[in-house]
Amino acid sequence: MTVSTQWKRNDQPIYLDYQATTPMDPRVLDAMMPYFTTKFGNPASRSHSYGWEAEEAVETARAQVARIIGADEKEIVFTSGATESNNLAIKGVAQFYKDRRNHIVTLVTEHKCVLDTCRHLEQEGFEVTYLPVEKSGLVDLEKLRAAVTDKTVLVSVMAVNNEIGVIQPLKEIGAICREKGAFFHTDCAQAVGKIKLDVEDMNIDLMSISGHKIYGPKGIGALYVRRRPRVRLVAMINGGGQERGFRSGTLPTPLCVGLGEACAIAMKEMDGEAERLHGLRDRFLGKLRERLPEIYVNGDLEQRIPGNLNISFAFVEGESLIMGIKSLSVSSGSACTSASLEPSYVLRALGVEEEMAHTSLRIGFGRFTTEQEIDRAVDDIARHVTKLREMSPLWEMHLEGVDIKSIEWAAH
Amino acid sequence: MAYSDKVVDHYENPRNVGSLDKNAEDVGTGLVGAPACGDVMKLQIKVGVDGVIEDAKFKTFGCGSAIASSSLVTEWVKGKTVDEAETIKNTEIAKHLALPPVKIHCSVLAEDAIKAAIADYRAKAAKKQDEQPKAAE
Repeated sequence: MTVSTQWKRNDQPIYLDYQATTPMDPRVLDAMMPYFTTKFGNPASRSHSYGWEAEEAVETARAQVARIIGADEKEIVFTSGATESNNLAIKGVAQFYKDRRNHIVTLVTEHKCVLDTCRHLEQEGFEVTYLPVEKSGLVDLEKLRAAVTDKTVLVSVMAVNNEIGVIQPLKEIGAICREKGAFFHTDCAQAVGKIKLDVEDMNIDLMSISGHKIYGPKGIGALYVRRRPRVRLVAMINGGGQERGFRSGTLPTPLCVGLGEACAIAMKEMDGEAERLHGLRDRFLGKLRERLPEIYVNGDLEQRIPGNLNISFAFVEGESLIMGIKSLSVSSGSACTSASLEPSYVLRALGVEEEMAHTSLRIGFGRFTTEQEIDRAVDDIARHVTKLREMSPLWEMHLEGVDIKSIEWAAH
Repeated sequence: MAYSDKVVDHYENPRNVGSLDKNAEDVGTGLVGAPACGDVMKLQIKVGVDGVIEDAKFKTFGCGSAIASSSLVTEWVKGKTVDEAETIKNTEIAKHLALPPVKIHCSVLAEDAIKAAIADYRAKAAKKQDEQPKAAE
């Protein structure tokens, strides 16, 4: 690793939550810096060199974003992030075509910003089908095909799940959408720079992209909007008509430059990085399995990005485990730290039972993760799981051969 | 979420982890909660002939606050009579550990665990009394 990682210090926890966000690559920051101070022009200013300079930088960035997904730069709209892109794609298409088609198909395991947008549209009178997923976390293509009707305007399926990292069959979904005349939107926040994406090959009509998931800055994202055949949208933010009217507002030049640079680096290094992360993940899982029985990976392990694991540590509650492994920054598969105390809806959708969903951790590896960090993480997790199992009445019953499901537990 | 120092202390140095013989006549066992809800507590008390709790052990599957609540009550019940232990309130546990509102249910569960252990002990004692006259016949 040649780039500096000054944020890593010995007294800092090891960062293993790359699906939540990523540290910015120092090369990205270097590219951005001049556009905060010396090259500060408004890219929409046509009357002076400050504006031209900023516009050139933004257009270069747009081309870099387009290139990584096989699109034309004219098809890229800058937004504030994947949440805005998902909102714009789904609401924009639904509103524009509502007189002809009013049905949307999506998955139960989508990100909250897709599900919540769909709920919002349901209140406005649209119909939404939330398709289940298989135990692997993947959609059954026959179920998808059956759900898409001549009333379906949009199919929105994420490329890579943020909790379990599984990769949906985009090309096959794209083919079904094309055949049925529905637009295909895919939330690629977790996929860009991690798997090969090609909007032509995969028949993708709209794609959401995030900056901070790919070692770029927070506060920037993009939406790919197909031009041939043209996809039309109702804009959500009105104003000066920037971004071809799809998204008004002065473009944040440094953030655009950062997203572009992040895409350029990812494109160049994707293959090598994927291979390295595969190695790290196999090392992590192999060593962990040597030390701990009764651990289960949630979601398909093959159809998955290499930088993600979601593991159930049976008989150990996830939040208590996170409390123990203080030197590691991971997240609980269960949303136990929130007020809801409900286990993850994604894991529940896979058919993971509630008691197992409560024992899950999401572990994310990325560009700056090292072998030494993996080894330390394995050791820390194994020690704490062992300690907590010794403290767990369920582990005790398991060792005594008691079937935990046979007990009538009082619900509370 | 920030845990109080007392929760962290009980989590890192849990008191009285372990098990007593659940079949022993002088041992009461309480098993409360549910795996699907994310917490299960097992609390056991060993009661002397004078009605005083001589020993207490726990095992808990649950968050740090659940572990701390059960660890704390094992300390509190030891040396108390069964009747005294029965008066421990979840509010006292929550207050002592400075539990946030979303974790109050952990203290409720700990109170339930004591009550369940005491009920189990009393049921055993009652059964023993019932059996004694029969044995004398």
